[in-house]
Amino acid sequence: MADPQAPFRTGVAPPPPAAQLQNGPSTNVGKPVPELLKHKLHYQDLCWSMGHPYSSQAPPPANSTLPPHTSFSSQPNQTVPSSRGGQGGVPPPPLPGQTYTPQQRPAGPPPAGQQYGPPQGLAPPPTGPRQPGPPTATVAPLTQANTHLTPYYQPTGHGDTPGSSGPPSARSSTAPSPIPTQNFDAIEGGGVMTSFPGPPGTQMGPPSGAPTSQAGRRQYAQDPSIPSSGGQQPVRVSGTMAPVPSTQGSFPPPPGAQPPPSGYAPYGQVPPPPTSMGTAPPPSSKGYGPPGGQGMMPPGSQGSMPPPPSSMGQYQGGVPPPPSSQQQGGMPPPPTSMGQFQGGLPPPGQQRPPMPQGGMPPPPGQQPGMYGQQMQQTPNDLAGPFGRLTVQGGESRAVNLLQNRNICPTEPVEPPKANLRDDLKKVNTSPDLFRCTLTTLPQNQNLLNKCKLPLGIVLHPFKDLSHLPVITSSVIVRCRSCRTYINPFVTFIDSRRWKCNLCYRVNDLPEEFMYNPLTKSYGEPHKRPEVQNSTIEFIAPSEYMLRPPQPAVYLFVLDVSHNAVEMGYLHSFCRVLLDELERLPGDARTSIGLLTFDKVLHFYNLAEGLSQPQMLIVSDTEDVFLPSPDNLLVNLQESKEGPALQVAHKLMTPTGGRVCVFQSCLPSLGPGALKPREDPNQRAGNAAQKFFSRGEKEKDVQHLGPATDFYKRMALECAGQQIAVDMFFMPGQYTDIATLSGVAKYSGGCTFYFPGFHPVRAPAQVTRFERDLRRYLTRKIGFEAVMRIRCTRGLSIHTFHGNFFVRSTDLLSLPNVNPDAGFAMQVSIEEALVDSSTACFQAALLYTSSKGERRIRVHTMALPVSSNITEIYAGADQQAVVGLLARMAVDRSIMSSIRDAREAVINACIDCLAQYRSSVAGQQLGALMAPWSLRLFPLYTLALLKHPAFRLGTSTRLDDRVNTMNQLKALPLAANIMALHPHMYAVHNLNDEGALTIRDQIIPQPPILSLSSERLSRDGAFLLDDGEGMYMFVGRSISVRFCTDVLGTESFAAIPDVMFELPELDNADSERVRSFVGWLREQRPFFPPLQIIREDSRQRMVFLQHLVEDRSESMFSYYEFLQHIQKEACK
Amino acid sequence: MAFTFAAFCYIVALLLSACLIFFAIWHIIAFDELKTDYKNPIDQCNSLNPLVLPEYIIHGFFCLLFLLAGEFFSLALNIPLIAYHVYRYAGRPVMSSPGLYDPTTIMNADVLSHCQREGWIKLAFYLLSFFYYLYSMIYALVSS
Repeated sequence: MADPQAPFRTGVAPPPPAAQLQNGPSTNVGKPVPELLKHKLHYQDLCWSMGHPYSSQAPPPANSTLPPHTSFSSQPNQTVPSSRGGQGGVPPPPLPGQTYTPQQRPAGPPPAGQQYGPPQGLAPPPTGPRQPGPPTATVAPLTQANTHLTPYYQPTGHGDTPGSSGPPSARSSTAPSPIPTQNFDAIEGGGVMTSFPGPPGTQMGPPSGAPTSQAGRRQYAQDPSIPSSGGQQPVRVSGTMAPVPSTQGSFPPPPGAQPPPSGYAPYGQVPPPPTSMGTAPPPSSKGYGPPGGQGMMPPGSQGSMPPPPSSMGQYQGGVPPPPSSQQQGGMPPPPTSMGQFQGGLPPPGQQRPPMPQGGMPPPPGQQPGMYGQQMQQTPNDLAGPFGRLTVQGGESRAVNLLQNRNICPTEPVEPPKANLRDDLKKVNTSPDLFRCTLTTLPQNQNLLNKCKLPLGIVLHPFKDLSHLPVITSSVIVRCRSCRTYINPFVTFIDSRRWKCNLCYRVNDLPEEFMYNPLTKSYGEPHKRPEVQNSTIEFIAPSEYMLRPPQPAVYLFVLDVSHNAVEMGYLHSFCRVLLDELERLPGDARTSIGLLTFDKVLHFYNLAEGLSQPQMLIVSDTEDVFLPSPDNLLVNLQESKEGPALQVAHKLMTPTGGRVCVFQSCLPSLGPGALKPREDPNQRAGNAAQKFFSRGEKEKDVQHLGPATDFYKRMALECAGQQIAVDMFFMPGQYTDIATLSGVAKYSGGCTFYFPGFHPVRAPAQVTRFERDLRRYLTRKIGFEAVMRIRCTRGLSIHTFHGNFFVRSTDLLSLPNVNPDAGFAMQVSIEEALVDSSTACFQAALLYTSSKGERRIRVHTMALPVSSNITEIYAGADQQAVVGLLARMAVDRSIMSSIRDAREAVINACIDCLAQYRSSVAGQQLGALMAPWSLRLFPLYTLALLKHPAFRLGTSTRLDDRVNTMNQLKALPLAANIMALHPHMYAVHNLNDEGALTIRDQIIPQPPILSLSSERLSRDGAFLLDDGEGMYMFVGRSISVRFCTDVLGTESFAAIPDVMFELPELDNADSERVRSFVGWLREQRPFFPPLQIIREDSRQRMVFLQHLVEDRSESMFSYYEFLQHIQKEACK
Repeated sequence: MAFTFAAFCYIVALLLSACLIFFAIWHIIAFDELKTDYKNPIDQCNSLNPLVLPEYIIHGFFCLLFLLAGEFFSLALNIPLIAYHVYRYAGRPVMSSPGLYDPTTIMNADVLSHCQREGWIKLAFYLLSFFYYLYSMIYALVSS
């Protein structure tokens, strides 16, 4: 393997790689320039602030030592071959009936004026008018391309004996939790060996003597909701916590038991494999060129999205992917970013010279990007073959942000795809579920520190999936040492053994695994669905339970204080609950209970036989007790705060379940009473710091953290009993969400926030409340869940973000898990990742479904490893980076102050671009170079600074602020990005060009506009969608036609001040707008109400505050921000 | 050879620092158990938190004795640790019970490694000071 560092040593231009910081030749090593010494908050400072390892890092080498002649602009404006961009990604074959594409905008020709070429995405709908463009120019032949691939698993001698240096998961969970009720996780992690009387190792196979009826049984159910038809009924044990034998009996296994190879007959009827696997012909995806894109792009910028280095497979455009694999999982790889063409013509010299297609491919393992360094040092050598190799990394191309202001794409940004081998890329997990901030992992921590980007994973593990392979098998194949589930990225050494991709241990395959029920063939373990899908669900056998799966138990705790009754939410609540009672997820054992509170607690005895519920009142709120031993929770089948929480906890202790609290005001009595602590004068923070002398201690937004730990302790107690608490806040005034939400935060719950809820004054909130409640009541739910994140040896999870309780270094306790919960983890690299060219993360979520089944959902993501900083930058996932930074900033705000967090976020952006400038892009006067993959990073950073959670200078209610912070921490990435950078569309001139047709409805596809008031016009109407709400801004000179046809008013002046939802008018324009709004709504789980805002309305700030590219009272405009970054980065 | 108040202080400090050494060892073991997953963070915090203040008080107590005995050099050696203790306790998370460790944040790798490092450094400090007190005690006993 060539030494990638070699070019660095020869020249002076780039700073030495981080690995050489201690002894590199450059003079800048170890002698930081004074400016860099001054205290700066880096993104690392967002991490937990105590004694962070990063703090010992040497400051980055000074840029100023770079010789001025290493300018990138000395290169001619060479372009990459046009074929790259066009075939940037093979669109996955569309699945008939596939509906799992809510985020993807199906393709169509781009509307006029669209700067970013074709829509990303799916293969075109059959009705689409697009022309499949033939692949142009030279497509690298497959064989040649493959030579670029680094071997997937280098056979190294490491890893068969993972010792103490194994991944955390390998070391963990060898002992059971001392708390019996929290033992579930121990099982997931392998603690089963001590939790059960069986000897270690028996958990690999089924319990000995596992009945033959189960041993060979496998069932593939396409729909997770279909319960297994076989004997996998939940084991019900009365009384004890110990797992008493299931119906199959013979549970605890005798020592030394091995899984009996008892027949391979498929159990029962094997339902057809999910979807049209194997039958779905790949569409003629041979070169769906960018439709219309080719013509639109300026010559020379066509290939603006070629794959990063060594991803040669990505642009083997003509090769249709085999139909099987990921379609089975229902998770088509997201459309690759073929649609992302550069917004404008790059200035000369920004693009790397092209690599000749037939040119010398670097040998495997060689980092093509290294030639980039060389190239910069010796611009005269550009003509040399090595210089050209650089362009392989098309995505590593730099963009001058100052000259490309319209960087905001007109299509939703597609996440980058990991630069893996073709076949692995296809099976890799969907970015909707699992993303990493760096899709090319740095090889060691030094390199990671050098590139100044946070490393972390962003997870949406329980997302509603339309196609999910579900496996009922008595044997769940896992690595014996680190307990990793078998996944598509393992290597099969021979037909009997596999090598774990996380700890590199070689494991035996159980006999049963040799039979593939899908193909009914024997001896093809690599064709098993476990090995074909990176997202999969297992029905867990009884070893994964410590007690019988709990029933679905829902308790509603309602605030019936005077305030709350006035507000009228009870009416909405009762209506929705009655409507949805039948649809609450659950089985025959489902129970619900009601508890109301004001000054006292009211219990409702809903026992069978009573003609009407009995109300029991407990007024002793200091020491609460249950007034009646049972019947407070009723079974659905049989009969159709503060202390309240404690009671709820007591009530639910025997089972666990979900408590849902509706809170309308500050709890003021009993334990957990709170005092209002918001100072309305401090709502804006103190952004006007220029009026204060520098020496004065600046005040910042206070009270972002909890006032008392009562709610946190409550949450932990609940979590211990597998109870999650969800909070619905409907505050009229300050409710101290910062404190109250603690109970949801640490018990795996979620929070909803409806400020100013009022049926008359805020009907939109009422609509939202009802819709959200409906979704909340009927959505899928997982009880008594734990999630463990395993990663390849060398990586370790550092910090967790989300709503849960962290049980151990890699284990999260989630009393409930819901499909709208997102998680993120920061990752550090403890040992250099030299054992393999890929690294993997595996998230395993063990939960009890509402039907009482124990299930394990496993997501596995593989990422390439590189030691080349150019590749790291090229693989950066800007959305994930910003999502992670936002979560870190929330922590930082609470620990320290919002001001610190803002500074750290800005510095994260500056440091990253400065480092990019010094190590990759080269010096360029007056330019702000950013890698293509991070072109939106400054924009998102600015959006983050203007987000209600972090903005200063604009009056923001403390509750609003804290709620947005909670949402940033607990929502999935897509929702975060929408909240940060909403989508804006012009809706006054919708037309059918490029429209979608779904269920005979034509849905126009207007381009997304950048969030700048330049885009607004007097005669337009603009729809802004931030995920939680939609706002339509109607300009003053809007045509009368639009008013009458769409808004149902005579003129602009007749639009009411407060107007919600569009009237249903029978004309084409109205239909277009409504279908578009409806389509946007369909794509998200919750219902965003639409508010119509006149240009001269007092409400217009609601809309205008989202225009993040504009200058606000206290914050830069986008261009100013870029200039600021450029100034700072060039210091 | 006289049994002065200073000598008494050193004897007390000697015994108490031996005690603190055990505290530090306990602390290190506890965090190691956390890191290796042997213990539940809630339990571990419940067992660690009650020990935090006693440790600080014990340390403060013999520092006070040094002050009373006029052993300013020994006091000066301990002042940084006193300052650190005050700083640490002032910045503790919102808790209703005494202690420092919050089960919801303790599993963050930063906090964990910080606490481990703190344990080792304290152990070293207490060990060194143990021998210093031993020496000082003998010196105080012998000199006058």
